[in-house]
Amino acid sequence: MQKIIRWVTMVLIVIVALAPILPQFVWSFSHRWLFPSLLPSEWSIEPWEYVLSPSSRVGEGFANSLSIAVVVSVLSILVGLPAARALALHQFRGKVVIEWLLMVPIIVPGIVATMGIHQVFIRLHLTDSFIGVCLVHLIPCIPYMVLVMSSVFANYGTELEDTARTLGAGPFAVFRFVTLPGIFSGLLVATMFTFLISWGQYITTLLIGGGTIITLPMVLFPFISGTNYSNAAAISLVFVAPAVLVLILTSRQLGRESAVMGGFGKL
Amino acid sequence: MTHVILRDLTRRFGGVTAVDRLNLEIKSGELVAFLGPSGCGKTTTLRMMTGLLLPTSGDVLFDNKSMVTVPTEKRGAVMVFQKHLLFPTMTIGQNVGFGLRMQGVHKREIERRVDEMLELVKLPGFAPRKAHELSGGQQQRVALARALVVHPKVLLLDEPLANLDANLRLEMRELIRSIQRELSITTVFVTHDQEEAVMLADRIALMFDGLLQQYAQPQDFYQRPSSVRVAHFFRNDNLLSGTRRGAEVETPLGTLQIDPSRMQQPDGKVLVTVRPEDVQLVPNPAEGNCVEAKVLLQVYMGTHTQVQLDLAGHTWMVHSPAHFQAQVGQTITVQLPASSIWLLPTS
Repeated sequence: MQKIIRWVTMVLIVIVALAPILPQFVWSFSHRWLFPSLLPSEWSIEPWEYVLSPSSRVGEGFANSLSIAVVVSVLSILVGLPAARALALHQFRGKVVIEWLLMVPIIVPGIVATMGIHQVFIRLHLTDSFIGVCLVHLIPCIPYMVLVMSSVFANYGTELEDTARTLGAGPFAVFRFVTLPGIFSGLLVATMFTFLISWGQYITTLLIGGGTIITLPMVLFPFISGTNYSNAAAISLVFVAPAVLVLILTSRQLGRESAVMGGFGKL
Repeated sequence: MTHVILRDLTRRFGGVTAVDRLNLEIKSGELVAFLGPSGCGKTTTLRMMTGLLLPTSGDVLFDNKSMVTVPTEKRGAVMVFQKHLLFPTMTIGQNVGFGLRMQGVHKREIERRVDEMLELVKLPGFAPRKAHELSGGQQQRVALARALVVHPKVLLLDEPLANLDANLRLEMRELIRSIQRELSITTVFVTHDQEEAVMLADRIALMFDGLLQQYAQPQDFYQRPSSVRVAHFFRNDNLLSGTRRGAEVETPLGTLQIDPSRMQQPDGKVLVTVRPEDVQLVPNPAEGNCVEAKVLLQVYMGTHTQVQLDLAGHTWMVHSPAHFQAQVGQTITVQLPASSIWLLPTS
């Protein structure tokens, strides 16, 4: 009985996850698909040809989105990891205030924050630049990195590191052999979050990039408000692909070894 | 073989003094227990010995060399914690070999010494296993092996047996004791369990509120406690107020004789104590330190009967033979042997 329930649940999850993507897939190969036909009356690979053509700027957008997401993830780790550790393991004055400030970008709509930042970035000549877009993406990304990693660090504690120190490991060796392997699963999850958040940014990129930095969402969004569903569907599939890929890769990695310190159990 | 001296060791956290001017000497190869209730400063002291925590003032000396400026990884003071024992991402072999790897020892040599050490803690052939496959007691032994394999100058154990069940604890105690003797490594372990401290340690340092109360051999804590508080910690609440004059103590129950070897307190107001197991119940008033007492309560404990007595308004606990029978309210005679009487300061 339990087995049946588990199977039904799994099938339902797969359907719910794939249902929104399936019509996109069909759309991306259709030329004419009118209500109330169940399938397109005319099929075509035109939308995919369009995606691959330079004029669509999908390739450029893809490359930009990818490199921005990678840079943002790396920066998030560099900034977020020490912050998360400090918040999880140390008591200091103003800690609550900092925790609240970290939550603000999650609560306040991104557009509000970005409007303010836009002014500052203009003065600093950071608008219309790759690095400016990366920096503005950090605002919604860092809270997730810090929140996930501080729970990881809180679970992990310092005793193993202390043990390693007394056994003769210097600070670098402790990080390399004890801390990093211990937090790796959690770090993978947090990096996945930041990558996907950066990957999905539209308004922040639009405002700070000023149309100079073309990312995939910026190529995609005009199509959604337009009438060419086929092209929009093809681009959106390109847009979704990395997300699905990242999810599969990380969940495989996490499944292989239990996420001991992740605070997530097995994903 | 390292000789350890703690000199005026002090640590404050904000306004709280966790360890207050601690002076202690640990001889080479000695096994010392830091004993006390939680929050008394024993773990703080241990951490200062490793260098994981810096003292506010004072010094830690290994073989007369100051360690305060030496970083943790260079001190050779290895610590075993009670929780989070093993590196979860490593095998048992990698765990035990970790310290040697940090020293840059050759891989073959590491393997050899790891196997040797696993043999010593009675876990031969466990090297390829993962930490989570082992039971709590086995993990404890691996943690011990990992510490011992580097031949530490000082071995520091922070409540090493706290998470184990009673049988395992007994087994581990014996293992720790025998290995420590065999390798004669200067060892300090922290515990709040006085029984454990008594069974394991050569000497016990009892701490309350960051202050060292008494540093002596285990039997002294029973026979010669330094204060009422120390006596209480070792489950002796038998107290009788009196005034010492030479070899005698005046008490509300009459004059008691004291043994010449047990006259540490000066003449004047004192508290008289005799351990529950040293008080004798005698059928008839006899010679020497016999006093009258009223039975308040008796509880059969299997190996003995615990009798609560009223001695001139003070409640005393006495361990009598298991077959002891008396009526509650009955007046009986107890003997306080001169060789068991110990005098405590009144404050």
